[in-house]
Amino acid sequence: MNVKDIQTIQHDVLVIGAGGAGLRAAIECATRGLDTGVVTKSLLGKAHTVMAEGGMAAALGYADARDNWKFHFRDSMRGGKFKNQWRMAELHAQQAPDRVKELEEWGAVFDRTKEGLIAQRNFGGHRFPRLAHVGDRTGLELIRTLQDKAVHSGVAVHAECTALDLLKDGDRIAGLVAYWKDTGRFVILRAKAVILCTGGGGKAWQVTSNSWEYTGDGYAMAYEAGAELLDMEFAQFHPTGMVWPPSVRGILVTEGVRGDGGILLNSKRERFMFRYTPEKFAKETADTEGEANRWLAGDKQARRPPELLTRDVVARAIAAEIKEGRGSPHGGVYLDIASRVDAEKIRKKLPSMYHQFMELAELDITKEPMEVAPTLHYFMGGVRVDHDTQMSNVPGLFAAGEAAGGFNGANRLGGNSLSDLLVFGRLAGIGAADYARGTQEPALDEAQVQRIVERARTPLMRESGENPFVLHEELQAVMQRNVGIVRQREEMEQALREIDRLRERAATAKAHATSQYNAGWHEALDLRSLLLTSEAVTRAALMREESRGGHARLDFEGERDEWLKKDIVIRKARDGSMGLSAVERPAPPPELAKIANASIEDLEAGRV
Amino acid sequence: MSDPRDYRFRVWRGDSAGGDFAEYTVSASPQMVVLDCLHEIQRRQANDLAIRWNCKAGKCGSCSVEINGKPRLACMTRMNALPDGNDITVQPLKTFPVVKDLVTDVSWNYRQNKRITPLQPKPREADGTYRMMQEDVDRIQEFRKCIECFLCQDVCHVLRDQDRQDAFVGPRFMIRLAGLEMHPLDTADRIPAIRAEFGSGLCNITRCCTEVCPEHINITDNAIIPLKERVVDRYYDPVTRLLRVFSGAGK
Repeated sequence: MNVKDIQTIQHDVLVIGAGGAGLRAAIECATRGLDTGVVTKSLLGKAHTVMAEGGMAAALGYADARDNWKFHFRDSMRGGKFKNQWRMAELHAQQAPDRVKELEEWGAVFDRTKEGLIAQRNFGGHRFPRLAHVGDRTGLELIRTLQDKAVHSGVAVHAECTALDLLKDGDRIAGLVAYWKDTGRFVILRAKAVILCTGGGGKAWQVTSNSWEYTGDGYAMAYEAGAELLDMEFAQFHPTGMVWPPSVRGILVTEGVRGDGGILLNSKRERFMFRYTPEKFAKETADTEGEANRWLAGDKQARRPPELLTRDVVARAIAAEIKEGRGSPHGGVYLDIASRVDAEKIRKKLPSMYHQFMELAELDITKEPMEVAPTLHYFMGGVRVDHDTQMSNVPGLFAAGEAAGGFNGANRLGGNSLSDLLVFGRLAGIGAADYARGTQEPALDEAQVQRIVERARTPLMRESGENPFVLHEELQAVMQRNVGIVRQREEMEQALREIDRLRERAATAKAHATSQYNAGWHEALDLRSLLLTSEAVTRAALMREESRGGHARLDFEGERDEWLKKDIVIRKARDGSMGLSAVERPAPPPELAKIANASIEDLEAGRV
Repeated sequence: MSDPRDYRFRVWRGDSAGGDFAEYTVSASPQMVVLDCLHEIQRRQANDLAIRWNCKAGKCGSCSVEINGKPRLACMTRMNALPDGNDITVQPLKTFPVVKDLVTDVSWNYRQNKRITPLQPKPREADGTYRMMQEDVDRIQEFRKCIECFLCQDVCHVLRDQDRQDAFVGPRFMIRLAGLEMHPLDTADRIPAIRAEFGSGLCNITRCCTEVCPEHINITDNAIIPLKERVVDRYYDPVTRLLRVFSGAGK
């Protein structure tokens, strides 16, 4: 194929991904006067952000006037088991309220308090009710608002356009090669800066809340372009995914159910979470049902119920109950809101959960408990970026949202993702705009384009080969079995051997028919990202010999101080193999350490 | 859970040049949804089958198709909700041009959204907040539940049978317009455009759009009729008309 025959589109800044982070970044670049394009694998407004339910965390202080950024920062650090990049957690907590208010100015209609302000709900790990929300469809509100803002800000949206690989001019970014799904034709998108907002890689597991898009494209493209990945061992299992019927296994049940009063029960109808409160959280968690009930009734002196501990803790507790034989008939535990909250309020605050269970499981959540079990939900790790500009070690390559690593540390708090998208999407937009202004137009290397296109065409040219859908299923089984919620060395080593074998077979995957809107071809191309993401998670998890947040080791229980001081950084080695290093973390800024370690009393009294 | 059984599917295969139904047999349990079966066909029998989908939970509105002739989300249509014993027919949305198989070109809808004047908010209050009472936003929150599945656009007679894409934006964008017109913070006036450019008069209130909405938005009664009333109040109310003649305002 002659490169000159391939369509070329030029922008100053190109954003990959049209979820919350991608759209927020694109809006920022466009309003700063840059020619900005967005490529998205799906139609506009369908990105994974649309599935976010419970809300976006921001210390607005409307629901409880005691709240401020310092509490939010402290909560995020404690939830992330102090593995968070300090500066990112600081920026997030400080800027989240302005990002929420800005959305309101752009047309978002949040649920209101009695005073007419933005209402905020309780969520796990958050000291105060902090999540701005719209029932349980907050993600839809966020994406629709950003979508409308973006198209009216002059952002060019290239929908159903899938990125294949990044282009470079020497060390720096020069754009990317993609294909149009509707025609199967290739397109070169040239840009001075590229922002990866490609989300995570949950589709490497069987039981996941993630949609098909979550194949780890951003991690793979960044890695191949020489960027570093950080914290890949920290994958979050959300405690409550649907388990029944089988075709919906893994679909998310919002934490808002517990935030609004829902409780977890085992098959003996025991409220088991009281037995799983970690020592570090014991002082701030209710230890009797009476106290937990008083909290739900609004008693500000009562401590929070243990169902609202952080996701890593709740997910492991549920997994333990099931493993020890106290699970529900379909292999979950019970999540009960029917006996706690009246039916009308459930339908008002959790309409899409009501709808989802009624339509898909024929179950009325206002009358019966739900069956739930952990589901792979989120990657805390991702592209390693500068904390203020979001630029990676590759000049001109930026990342934000789930595609970037660092802010969430070892475990993300619910509700922090939506505000993460907005805060770091905007910062990445500013970073990329500044960078693009100060750089010359990069040159196009036709040989790189040729290589990318050839690789992509190979599955279509084969006479025979493996079914890419089957290979994907086999990878999901490997990851589910060996790199799950609790890990150990032998299983992860086994996973690495199987990933190697699958990679060899993936090199022979065949796509039938033509390249026009061909699901089999798309699947064959996604395998590279899925395999690379799986390998990165597994290798990092093998290296980290401790249990912290979303990363739990049966053979290395408990947090280890020596590992708190280390970041695991992944980078492609010169020989093409995956290189890992444990990099020493700098000491935390003293002011921030003081806030993160302060007692609630000192923070409330303003002594810190 | 009931045992799996065989279902016979007739799935439209083809592209803009034409096509026909292909038959597939799928083993599935009755609690599964049509999208599960289409995926099964894709995985084992026709790798290149084109389906558009994302969330598989009724939240993104991507997998809109016509199942047994009715516009529906494939991910929310359970097998045991379909009539027993018959073949299940799946075909692309009729109102929009086919790209391939079950995927249609819905880009016309995105172009309509660009034509709509976005929110023009009034200034914030002195303390930097906006105050809106819940009861004042309830009705626009109903419109904002829209997942842009475009099933209402597919079933709308003006778009589907009369091909008047040139004159009417369709139910999806009537609720978008209603959501802006009824927004407590908004200061823009879209009534002239709703009448002249967006074609509010073309809807003849058959309520087909409301019937197919998977989010159960009362499109006709809560959005389209109130917008029609606002247009009538502005342009056809005799008192208002007289005032407009004297003041020299309007078209």
